[in-house]
Amino acid sequence: MLSLLVIVPAIFGVLALYSKDLRIDLVLLVGTALAHLLATAYLWTGESGPELDRLLELDVPGLLFLSITSVIFLSASLYTIPYILHGTHDKPAALQRFIPCLLWFLSAMTLVAVTQHLALMWAAVEGTTLASAPLVYFYRRRGALEATWKYLLVCSVGIALALLGTFFLGIAAAGSSVGASDLTLSGLSRAAPFMARPWLKAAFVLALVGYGTKMGLAPLHTWLPDTHSEAPSPVSALLSGALLNCAFLAILRFYQVCLASGDSQFARTLLIVLGMASLLLASAFMLSQRDYKRLFAYSSIENMGIMSVGMGLGGAASYGALLHAVNHSLCKAGLFFLAGNVLRSFGTTLARDVRGVLGRLPETGVLLLALFLAIGGVPPFGPFWSEFLIFQSALAGAHAWLGVLFVSLLGLAFLGMAGVLLPMLSGPGSIQERRSAESRLSVLPPLALASAALVMGLYIPSFLADALHRAAGMLGG
Amino acid sequence: MTGYADFLLLVVLVIDLYIVATSRLASCVHASAFQGVALALLPLALWAPGYAGGVDPQVLHIALMSVGTLIVKALVIPQLVLRAIREANVRREVEPFVSLHLSVLIAALLVGVSFWMASVLVLPMPAPTTLLVPVAFATVLVGFLVLVSRKKAVTQVVGYLMLENGIFIFGQTLVRQIPFAVELGILLDLLVGVFVMGIAIHHISRAFDHIDTELLSALKD
Repeated sequence: MLSLLVIVPAIFGVLALYSKDLRIDLVLLVGTALAHLLATAYLWTGESGPELDRLLELDVPGLLFLSITSVIFLSASLYTIPYILHGTHDKPAALQRFIPCLLWFLSAMTLVAVTQHLALMWAAVEGTTLASAPLVYFYRRRGALEATWKYLLVCSVGIALALLGTFFLGIAAAGSSVGASDLTLSGLSRAAPFMARPWLKAAFVLALVGYGTKMGLAPLHTWLPDTHSEAPSPVSALLSGALLNCAFLAILRFYQVCLASGDSQFARTLLIVLGMASLLLASAFMLSQRDYKRLFAYSSIENMGIMSVGMGLGGAASYGALLHAVNHSLCKAGLFFLAGNVLRSFGTTLARDVRGVLGRLPETGVLLLALFLAIGGVPPFGPFWSEFLIFQSALAGAHAWLGVLFVSLLGLAFLGMAGVLLPMLSGPGSIQERRSAESRLSVLPPLALASAALVMGLYIPSFLADALHRAAGMLGG
Repeated sequence: MTGYADFLLLVVLVIDLYIVATSRLASCVHASAFQGVALALLPLALWAPGYAGGVDPQVLHIALMSVGTLIVKALVIPQLVLRAIREANVRREVEPFVSLHLSVLIAALLVGVSFWMASVLVLPMPAPTTLLVPVAFATVLVGFLVLVSRKKAVTQVVGYLMLENGIFIFGQTLVRQIPFAVELGILLDLLVGVFVMGIAIHHISRAFDHIDTELLSALKD
């Protein structure tokens, strides 16, 4: 089952590469996305054993992140249909590679979630970079080219450091008294209490820097705003909603080894420091932002910071961090879809040239307002609860000022976002152009995601709450 | 037979310094290819004599990795980068951020730092050879130096390759822990990575008429 989840999208990607008809490509894309979601839902019904000599193995955190990826990918593929069919692009060559790369991207992200072999996971994370780089370059503009180059080089170099960290962990385990272990999470966790501490700590630092680059933690985030703003909107949604989480999961795997070693204080401190740095930097840049896609990109950095701080605080905040991963993905993917609708209608990403969205694109406008409030932490949407849980743990912890700083930075980010988005929404809108830009499929995915974010705020389904609790329990919660 | 291994590691180290000191892009790539040859031989020199009696089950694994490394790092990747150089029609690294003389000096300093780091971070198991860890650190650090001190996209790719080579040397301590399929995956990632970077360089040189990454700075806040 797990191997099929990885291989089938990859094979369909190859098929899509050789098919000549765009409609067949789209059918392949949506069909794969649907099948992926159904298979993932099936995995929730029971345990699935390890496969391929324990190279593939699914645990609760893996299932959680796999499900996020699957949901976001399905909504992105539905959104892609009108995007591809009625888009303004006219480059058939780019189009030909677009859908295959999307499918390979899905395959690589799935592999990150379903493996617990840290070297294989590394190969999968690097695979996500390689599959998504051509997607970022879709529009073939100079800006897109620059963004693609930065993305490729910065992330490849960052991830190379994570490979070094992976090897360091192997070296630490090989020197432990239990003897050499393989690089699976279970083997490393067994060896963890006996690992040479300097190698273990160096391994975590390298993994945090390496995968943190991919996750967009400050000060390693430099590629993220450029890439998210230059990529086509469905790709930005996938990058923010699914890919950043995969990088977070990779960091969590190293964190699990640190927890098993019984010596995790340094890892917690590092997670909190990088998380707070991300919050600080993101809210500063959001206050002075002129480009609404960059605004959402910085908001992603902010939210990755929130997740990192939550995980570092531990206890109830670990649960909050995982819950926030779900909430953020729902909201941010939706926001990038809506940004795509606005961009298609107004033809610019500069916020000052966009006025009267509520008049011209009523559905998009209302959803944009709702999702802005949701990601800003306004009740009754889901993010409010996850942020509140983390805030509460910070206040109750040893450093209460951390909680105060945390909530002030959230407030600052909210103000920054409001300052850009509210003027865009209001203002005179020309009624004549209504309807032309809003096809049903470009509004339905963000509507579904916004509804899900609302439901997450009102009532968390028991199966999800249970899984979140179990995953948090494995992660110091 | 650590004698062979030490010789290969010294070759790697000398090539590190040569790449820093040279401005001709093609020479950098050729040197990087030679480094690939040395790295392909390294697992054989380190492990082939390591078993006594019977057949080491890892021997096939090591031989295949050696061949794979040779093909990818010494043949295919250098060809990809050389093609990018031809298409972009650049020969030299003109005016790097840090002058060549100064960067050689820094590189020498980094090699010293690497030996110091290796004395602090001691392998928790018997080291195959005492040179392994310092040369691995040195290759990683000098690779970083090349990455940040040069402007041409091609040289940055060479720096990235050096970084990967240094990590590869660390990996030699773990040959028995990593399954062949995963090692193959890591090698494949590197190959596809350089392939995609080559395509990107091709597009950059067509769109901008140069491959100076310094000028790729239109996107900012």
